Amino acid sequence: MSAVIDTHGHADHEGHGYQPSGLMRWVTTTNHKDIGTMYLWFSLIMLFVGGVLALTLRAELFQPGIQIVNPEFFNQLTTMHGLIMVFGAIMPAFVGFANWQIPMMIGAPDMAFARMNNWSFWLLPVAASLLVISFFVPGGAPAAGWTIYAPLSTQMGPGMDLGIFALHIMGASSIMGSINIVTTILNMRAPGMTLMKMPMFVWTWLITAYLLIAVMPVLAGAITMVLADRHFGTSFFNAAGGGDPVMFQHIFWFFGHPEVYIMILPAFGIISQVIPAFARKPLFGYASMVYATSSIAILSFIVWAHHMFTVGMPTAALLFFMYATMLIAVPTGVKVFNWLATMWKGSMTFETPMLFAVGFIFVFTMGGFTGLMLAIMPVDVQLQDTYYVVAHFHYVLVAGSLYAIFAGTYFWIPKWTGRMYDETLGKWHFWLSLVFFNITFFPMHFLGLAGMPRRIPDYASQFTEFNQIATVGAFGFGLSQLLFLYIVLKASVFARGEKTPARPWEGADTLEWTHLPSPAPYHSFHEQPEVK
Amino acid sequence: MNNKLGRLSGGLLLALYAGLASAAYQLNFQAPVTRVASEIYDLHMLMMYIILVIFCVVFGVMFYSIYAHRKSVGHKAEQFHENTTVEIIWTVIPFVILVGMAWPATKTLIAFKDTSNPDITIKATGYQWKWGYDYLKGEGEGVAFLSALATPQDQIHNQKPKGENYLLEVDNPLVVPVGKKVRILTTANDVIHSFWVPAFGIKQDAIPGFVRDTWFKADKEGTYRGQCAELCGKDHGFMPIVVEVVSPEKYTEWVGAQKAKVAAAAEDPNKQWTLAELQAKGEKVYAANCAACHQATGKGLPPAFAALDGSKIATGGKKAHIDMVLNGKAGTAMAAFAKQLSDTDIAAVVTYERNAWGNKTGDAVQPAEVKAARK
Repeated sequence: MSAVIDTHGHADHEGHGYQPSGLMRWVTTTNHKDIGTMYLWFSLIMLFVGGVLALTLRAELFQPGIQIVNPEFFNQLTTMHGLIMVFGAIMPAFVGFANWQIPMMIGAPDMAFARMNNWSFWLLPVAASLLVISFFVPGGAPAAGWTIYAPLSTQMGPGMDLGIFALHIMGASSIMGSINIVTTILNMRAPGMTLMKMPMFVWTWLITAYLLIAVMPVLAGAITMVLADRHFGTSFFNAAGGGDPVMFQHIFWFFGHPEVYIMILPAFGIISQVIPAFARKPLFGYASMVYATSSIAILSFIVWAHHMFTVGMPTAALLFFMYATMLIAVPTGVKVFNWLATMWKGSMTFETPMLFAVGFIFVFTMGGFTGLMLAIMPVDVQLQDTYYVVAHFHYVLVAGSLYAIFAGTYFWIPKWTGRMYDETLGKWHFWLSLVFFNITFFPMHFLGLAGMPRRIPDYASQFTEFNQIATVGAFGFGLSQLLFLYIVLKASVFARGEKTPARPWEGADTLEWTHLPSPAPYHSFHEQPEVK
Repeated sequence: MNNKLGRLSGGLLLALYAGLASAAYQLNFQAPVTRVASEIYDLHMLMMYIILVIFCVVFGVMFYSIYAHRKSVGHKAEQFHENTTVEIIWTVIPFVILVGMAWPATKTLIAFKDTSNPDITIKATGYQWKWGYDYLKGEGEGVAFLSALATPQDQIHNQKPKGENYLLEVDNPLVVPVGKKVRILTTANDVIHSFWVPAFGIKQDAIPGFVRDTWFKADKEGTYRGQCAELCGKDHGFMPIVVEVVSPEKYTEWVGAQKAKVAAAAEDPNKQWTLAELQAKGEKVYAANCAACHQATGKGLPPAFAALDGSKIATGGKKAHIDMVLNGKAGTAMAAFAKQLSDTDIAAVVTYERNAWGNKTGDAVQPAEVKAARK
């Protein structure tokens, strides 16, 4: 422990004075706050890049017929929208939160492996560049969907190789980040902070990090096999050579389903910090929240084939995966009930973080309900690969993960920048996002039920009306996010807005609020606080 | 001027209203026409009702709390937490509800998977981007044909008004008799496709190199439309499935007509075709099979889809050209057509490609040459 402190801790550092500046500060930094900031900006940029791709899709789908993009490019857009949002926006955003918050919340001076931390961030822009470059190589970007199912992915041009290489790099980055997080949490907690005293956000990230370490190598394996099938004459996924295309799906979703929870567990963590803070009341069932999170993580390894209910599995396998999937509703329900019980008889105020947290519970739960519907195998047969699925995963990923990222940003930005964000604009951001989100994605349930497949550039005339509504909503939602950009820039880069005290939120009681000033000093917790 | 504007906006409003009135805001599944599909329909409705009740209870509590337990109305926070009884209750109740849902779901699932004792067995093969149907067993055995999108390109590119069944119409629909158990074997030629007919409650992936199966027994005559449901490349959105369910008598009639057609079209493999005959036939084969990628102009969509106009293959040796069409090119989107097209079709399309656009080889490829190349 002391060794880690010594790396920064010369005796004269009491005033936390040393702070490098200029471009090299960001390139060479090993400071968890700098790296957290870079992760968050990176993911915000990717959010807008992925958003522009999505709006192009929605513009094409405004009416039947081919108007703006040809079918081939349309497939590239759907694929890249998925890859960029999952691996570029949502995951790095949560790693950014982890970098900023975990050391401050457990009373540690920095992350355990500070140099590796720098490396795992700087891999991401490299991977993102590869993805962007792939648009300009012959054949264009990967166009097999973000799931890159073989053998379609073995047909593609060199863009697919760039995509695979980018995924490898992002996987390496995630694994390094996770090892860092696990080591930090297990070894660098302040004296007195037992595992069962850790803030929920730290707990959820601990579990998420284990999930990442378990499944990112599986993804790497799957895409390496695609690469080998493409270039080295192997036949992993080619029946003519003795392989099996369905094996790719099994391996991919063995990664893919835990990946879903990798993107939602840290969101649960953020919500579990925000709700008690604004209800001024402790989290109702801390222990049961920890157990529920762990159960979700463990169950996530035995439900993957519910993404493949239509590949033609034996009846026994279908029944097993259906029952296991339905079971996930139990711990997820426990989480929602716990949040409600935390709000119950509290003394609530509704600043922007709380609005987003309540919005999260409301809209995410709808995504949970449709998830339950999709778990029922016979119903899933009708809904698999339709817009119903598109609606479902945007309800859990946008209204789930992204709303939690918004809630967390508004919650902690006073601590990060020392400035209070613009409350009025924040509320506008929330209401516009909520309304436009539902205008965009709610009609997609109906489209899926009525029989519109996903990933199609053109559709039959009876789907026109709901598609038009969705497109209008999508542009509203996209433009509303410019407001978020402005609010963040105002509080951070422009340093405008009122200065905040160390603890601007009455009910917030974790170490970063109780022991550190706002903004948090460049180096914090040289001396670890005592936790009782 | 003002008056004109008024009339114009009035007209626009009227048009908008008419648009809304005719709009198809379909909110639920298509009307089911098989037992499995109606069980799925009922299962979905049952789940919806349960979910609605849970939704109302959970969010009733939440919004009541938001209303009553606010600081602004002076509510003081109580500090209670952890209550084992409550936590057990809210774990057990959802579990019981889930068991209630799993019971009917299991019954439907088992019915869905029971493909035994079919009256008719049909193989559906997914191609990029059309379907092929082979009647393997039962009445109609031996009938085989390809089924491709019938919507003309100029409708897709907005040069003509869209028809009633835009994108959901094919040249040769699948025809089956009403009230007979039909087993569909699915497979694919290139990548994974998915055979989906919503009104029948079936969706089964078609996997290259493997055979999977599903079944339906339609209770009502009519035309039912579905689409490929698994992303399969560029024209994934343009390979619909149309099933015509007809009376047994009409079905027998249809089978007879199909067989007569096959007999009439049976070609003498050793017949010598003239260049003009081959070109005329080849143009049709090209439009149905090649134009989606290589384009009617032969210019392709480089770099993904090569140009044929002036290409090395199409202007070089005949043998390499025939081989390309028969066996495709590994690692690219160029499919193998050996199993899809007859010797005559391949001979015709190769001849066409070698003599169309700027290609002027003057070669006439005979079916016998293709037959020889197959070995």
